[in-house]
Amino acid sequence: MTMISRSLLIRVAFSAVLGAVLAASQTGCSTVAQGLAAAGQATGVMTPAQGESLVKTAEAVGKTFEDITPEQEYYIGRSVGATIISTYNVYDNPKATAYLNTLGQSVAKFSDMPETFRGYYFLILDTDEVNAFAAPGGFIFISRGMIRLCSSEDDLAAVIAHEVGHVQHKHAVRAIKSSRLTSALTTIAVEAGKQLGPDALNQVTEAFEGSITDITKTMMNSGYARGQEREADRAAITILKRMGYRQGSLPDVLERMGAVLENDKRGFGSTHPPAGDRVKELRPLINDMDTPVPTAARQKRFEQNIKGI
Amino acid sequence: MRKTWWIIAASVWLAAVGAWAKPVFLSVETAPIRETPAVFGKVVATARYGDRVEVLAKQSGWSQVRLPDGLTGWLHESAMVRKKIELSAGAKDVSRTASGEELAMAGKGFNSQVEADFKAKNQNIDFTWIDRMETYGVGPDTIIGFLKEGGLQP
Repeated sequence: MTMISRSLLIRVAFSAVLGAVLAASQTGCSTVAQGLAAAGQATGVMTPAQGESLVKTAEAVGKTFEDITPEQEYYIGRSVGATIISTYNVYDNPKATAYLNTLGQSVAKFSDMPETFRGYYFLILDTDEVNAFAAPGGFIFISRGMIRLCSSEDDLAAVIAHEVGHVQHKHAVRAIKSSRLTSALTTIAVEAGKQLGPDALNQVTEAFEGSITDITKTMMNSGYARGQEREADRAAITILKRMGYRQGSLPDVLERMGAVLENDKRGFGSTHPPAGDRVKELRPLINDMDTPVPTAARQKRFEQNIKGI
Repeated sequence: MRKTWWIIAASVWLAAVGAWAKPVFLSVETAPIRETPAVFGKVVATARYGDRVEVLAKQSGWSQVRLPDGLTGWLHESAMVRKKIELSAGAKDVSRTASGEELAMAGKGFNSQVEADFKAKNQNIDFTWIDRMETYGVGPDTIIGFLKEGGLQP
């Protein structure tokens, strides 16, 4: 048996084990996996050690199938971000970018996910299209068109908090087709060691490329599900409340977006549910009775650094 | 008599709580261990990727943890995973990476090796701005000052 065909057989055997475990996990039974691994050994496709390892791996994958680690999210996020920047130009304004990062990283600290693998970072896209993207791991992009709709720091904090909400709920990662992860995990599990061999690397990179496509297509073309937008809106209200920003800023910005997007179906307008519906759902959740009045310094720094860019 | 039973029950419960101290692994590059379960609580130590810590208690998104050197503090739950983190040899204490009953999937997968391969195959996708973005980190003192100046919650 050549090395390639042997490796292929092991992969096929593993896929069978993995499939069996995933199916068995529905019924709480993992003996099917053990049986298949035993069959693999009996037919000489794999050694007993490989068989045992596959059962363990398949069980681990079965338990944590949708669980992508923060490190993997970080690498997915970098490539999703790079893909977004290949479509849009970056607005290279150091003062505005520094302000956006101070505000954005402050907002992220008050989310339910203050820690990501390497932190939250923000960039401005040079387009008048009203849009914003949150790539996995905390790479967040906001368009000049979106920033121009904000008349206060509270408004911009609301936009950022909504995007941080998408990161917190891992909405982008959930857009990856599960078959891609199965394929990547199968290859990774079969390969020993941390460095992948050329064949395995090809397969994992293919799954990685597919994952990036799934995410960017969802973000830029089809949009998230309505329920996911609602989750991000709710996360945003919680963050604004924790910080002392005006919660009413979120529906206010949404209403302004609704008005602009009535005549502009690019970007946000094509990928998000109608603003009016979201505003209606949000209003009952908002209570700004105890929200402190913004300081003059807050409005001044917003106007000096970013307003109307 | 009744009092004695209560003491026995409480002792059993406390022993069980001690036994619950479950290990988790740091899943982010670095994370502050804080004196209190608060976003800007005083930092008493820094945990690093792959560090094994024991969870002693939980409170609204935070876990009280014990570090390998015995020090305790609070760590946000977004910085930890239950799966063992496998590090490349030489990067950390190698004995910690030896695979035991628990399979170490976490350090594998979509990593720098895969990103390098992706870049080689997609040369039209430029990572310059992504690398630059990662230099825009803002320190905790700047954030606290920013919040105070804006009349916000520090």
